[in-house]
Amino acid sequence: MVRFDDVGLRYGSGPAPEVLRDVSFALPQGSFHWLLGPSGAGKSSILGLMHLALRPSRGEVEVLGQPLTRLRRGALPGLRRRIGVVYQDFRLLPHLTVFDNVALPMRIAGRAEAQLRADVAEMLRWTGLDGKAGALPATLSGGEQQRVALARAVVTRPALLVADEPTGNLDGAQARRVLALLREMHRLGTTVVVATHAEGLVAEHPAPALRMSEGRLVAHG
Amino acid sequence: MARPPRVRRSRGRDPLGLRRALSDRLLPALVAAMALLAALALAGAQGAAELTARWETGAAAAVTVQLPPGAASGGRLERALAALEALPEVAGARLMSEARMQALLRPWLGEAPAVALPLVIELRLAELPASPEALAEQIAAAVPGGVVESHGVWVARLVALARSLQAVALAALVLVAGIAAAVVAVAVRAGIAARRAAIALLHDMGATDADIAGRFAGRAGLLVGTGALLGTLLAAPVLAGFADLAAPLLGRVPAGSLAGLPWESVPWGALALLPLLGAALGWLTAQATVRRWLRRLP
Repeated sequence: MVRFDDVGLRYGSGPAPEVLRDVSFALPQGSFHWLLGPSGAGKSSILGLMHLALRPSRGEVEVLGQPLTRLRRGALPGLRRRIGVVYQDFRLLPHLTVFDNVALPMRIAGRAEAQLRADVAEMLRWTGLDGKAGALPATLSGGEQQRVALARAVVTRPALLVADEPTGNLDGAQARRVLALLREMHRLGTTVVVATHAEGLVAEHPAPALRMSEGRLVAHG
Repeated sequence: MARPPRVRRSRGRDPLGLRRALSDRLLPALVAAMALLAALALAGAQGAAELTARWETGAAAAVTVQLPPGAASGGRLERALAALEALPEVAGARLMSEARMQALLRPWLGEAPAVALPLVIELRLAELPASPEALAEQIAAAVPGGVVESHGVWVARLVALARSLQAVALAALVLVAGIAAAVVAVAVRAGIAARRAAIALLHDMGATDADIAGRFAGRAGLLVGTGALLGTLLAAPVLAGFADLAAPLLGRVPAGSLAGLPWESVPWGALALLPLLGAALGWLTAQATVRRWLRRLP
């Protein structure tokens, strides 16, 4: 499902130091993994490689069975549509309503308007936002915005869901609610990877973890 | 199953917010001004072409030599033709036919002129002379008793001038198109800068370069096409006014009033193409600008 083989990553083309070094692991299909480590350990870089926002400087990354180094650029959009991403800062489009934010991946995938309405409505119900369809993101609380971001990430039923500090900006109750939704996606068969600082949350929901430190994978299991 | 809620999603088809990022005021206004200039250049090129065509008829025989009616006898005409063709400045010399002569004089002398007509030799020159007067003296010396008319040399110079004007007008048209493309590129780059985060988000969700570039190109094409249409509409009365001013040069009578302007002289066909060409220019420029920028994304 997801495989990193001796992966190195450096930003830019100069002699900058690698932010990831010799990272190797494999995540089976349908698994749930925590991605742990302090700030700057390389968690976001790992997630960026997983959702194809980055390409490795060396080594091989395989996502959904596709080796990235051998994939043409033109083939990447199709692969990206099978991956859902939840960002710590939500990244909702402020001029779009909740409905349109959630519908965005389906419209990008070319789904007909008549078909996507029911799916988006179901997603809004699932995330407890069914009364907020016409609201703009600026009128929502942080927890509601993160649930919109989650609904948007999963509305296309992705095979892989990556979440970067999805509870970082939320209070305890909101964080638990978002995490419950992520666990629910895992139960439905999606491979889920969640990067977090929140050790307490990890303790409440034990699962295999990838632990990063200074760009290296220091523990897996 | 409950019916999905009906919600307002008027901006759902504009996820990049391009209606704000690519303003519908500044870009169309700039393009309208450029379309006006393009229309003027286009009309200038067409007007110069018309003048060229009209004057070329007069310049066909740049120099003529008239001989008295009796010169055909005694071999004088043949000697004159031979002497003229021997001049290096003359590419060809031929006697104007009687039928053509009568056709030229018909407006003044009627169908069957009662007077004896002179013999007219038309000269085709190898190149336009630097001094028509010196050439006229040279020809007069070669054909004693002949009357030389070299006004056609000046007409030919006017033709050359009109051709130059036509070339300058077309160059101005190309320049205006280039500036319009540059203005669109700058506007699109500003739009990209304003929507960088949204573009990156769509890219992460699997939007193709064609999809993202197509959204910019559609908006730019619409704005540029609208601006070009406005500029073209503004240009039409201006061009009709210019056509009226130029009427005497084309053998017409100026109208002098708005109602009587020669609207038929406005190049409507070419003007109708301007908004379409403008929209195409905007679309293509936006496509190229956005696709080039997107290449930096993985």
